[in-house]
Amino acid sequence: MSPGSPSVQTTPPPLTVTVRPQSPQAVDHPVSIDVQGLNFFYGAKRALENISIRIPAKLVTAFIGPSGCGKSTFLRTLNRMNDIIAGTRVEGRVLIDGDDVYGPGTDVVALRRRVGMVFQKSNPFPKSIFENVAYGLRINGLAASRADLNGRVEESLRQAAIWDEVKDRLHDSANALSGGQQQRLCIARALAVKPDIVLMDEPASALDPIATQRIEELIYQLKTQYTIVIVTHNMQQAARVSDRTAFFWLGRLIEHGPTDRIFTNPAEKLTEDYVTGRFG
Amino acid sequence: MPDRIVPHFQEELEQLKTRLLEMGGLAEDRVRAAVKGLVQRDAPGIDRVLAGDGPINQLHIEIDSRCFKLLALHQPMAVDLRSIVAAVKINTDLERVGDLAINIAEAARRYMRHPPVKELIDLPRMAEIAQRMLRNALDAFVRRDIELAHGVLNEDDTLDALKTQVFRELLTYMLQDPHTIEPSLDLILISRHLERIGDHATNVAEDVIFMVSAKDVRHHAGEVGA
Repeated sequence: MSPGSPSVQTTPPPLTVTVRPQSPQAVDHPVSIDVQGLNFFYGAKRALENISIRIPAKLVTAFIGPSGCGKSTFLRTLNRMNDIIAGTRVEGRVLIDGDDVYGPGTDVVALRRRVGMVFQKSNPFPKSIFENVAYGLRINGLAASRADLNGRVEESLRQAAIWDEVKDRLHDSANALSGGQQQRLCIARALAVKPDIVLMDEPASALDPIATQRIEELIYQLKTQYTIVIVTHNMQQAARVSDRTAFFWLGRLIEHGPTDRIFTNPAEKLTEDYVTGRFG
Repeated sequence: MPDRIVPHFQEELEQLKTRLLEMGGLAEDRVRAAVKGLVQRDAPGIDRVLAGDGPINQLHIEIDSRCFKLLALHQPMAVDLRSIVAAVKINTDLERVGDLAINIAEAARRYMRHPPVKELIDLPRMAEIAQRMLRNALDAFVRRDIELAHGVLNEDDTLDALKTQVFRELLTYMLQDPHTIEPSLDLILISRHLERIGDHATNVAEDVIFMVSAKDVRHHAGEVGA
């Protein structure tokens, strides 16, 4: 079901995805990202084949699959981070709130603000803790005054569950923080510019178990306000943290659906082989 | 938002326990209502018991589903794993207690078609013991109280002795007057149902002991009172 052509005046009804969270009632969530027939090429090599998926808003969707299956590549197509790699080509559409992000005239910078990203290796700026969060606010003109700026920095650090640990040393270097703290700082930085969607590429794989658990709990809390898409090679993490799971294999999307169904009763044998660890 | 976030797994574990207690309460109430209906020869009361097992059956399905999801999605370890496996088993025992309440009600309805055989003393006493055992087993589950659980195991013998006593007494009535045979058989059946309820309470207590101490005391394998 695709939106009507420009000559049709009627507005199609908003797309929804029926989602079953832990409670028995089905809940309709509006679609945040609608991917239609996406193919992605590194030069001549096709890395993603005909991917179509609707990602619901204000939920956590996890991408799982073995190494090299294309899940990180796919994640990066959602905010056009692959553009910076030479020789890449996209076919198909990625609609975010109805607009094709690969359409002509797309403001890619604005896109990457709306669709923020957190990376596997945390990458704070070589600045103070405060400046890491303030920088995005400043260059986007998102703070009306110094007081407003301070307030928004605090709000972002609180949202990332790190405020209490850094409030007395905001002007220390970000590099003085531990790995887990740096990652939460990077999350705060992404949240500061008020994205709609946050993409996370293996956000906890460089962290110890306790720091990982904190990140996972943070993700669980953040979904009340943001749409979150997380790539993880740790399927137990996907099971713990996500509402919906998509399984990728050799560049194809094999199956996607509610997380509890994917892990208790997947429809595809390939999916079952993967989650039960039968893959050789 | 506070920096300290409670893991949502722990919250869900608490919800599971709450549901289990709810089910235990329902099971206990239904046994009590069935026995009360028998003693007071209250036909509408018995009918209500027979018609009302919807909620307990629903909980049975819901609790299994919750346990299943917790196991699949959270990979629990140690005491959390033992708690969830215990919850699955306790769920089964509680559902059986609910069924036994119905069996008691059915036997009571048949019994009421005849004049009373005797004043009912031992059956209500058995019912009280069985309900107490169940209540204590569930309290032990909530409070992780091994001593309370062992106490439940010890009461099982009292219930068995009463069941034998009921049988022997009714046997004398049946030998004296063949008209009392049919209703007496229903009373004997009820005594067996009540004794089975005690067995299920014992199962729950054994599961609690395993959950808390990782000791399997079933079939007298562990040291009682240790």
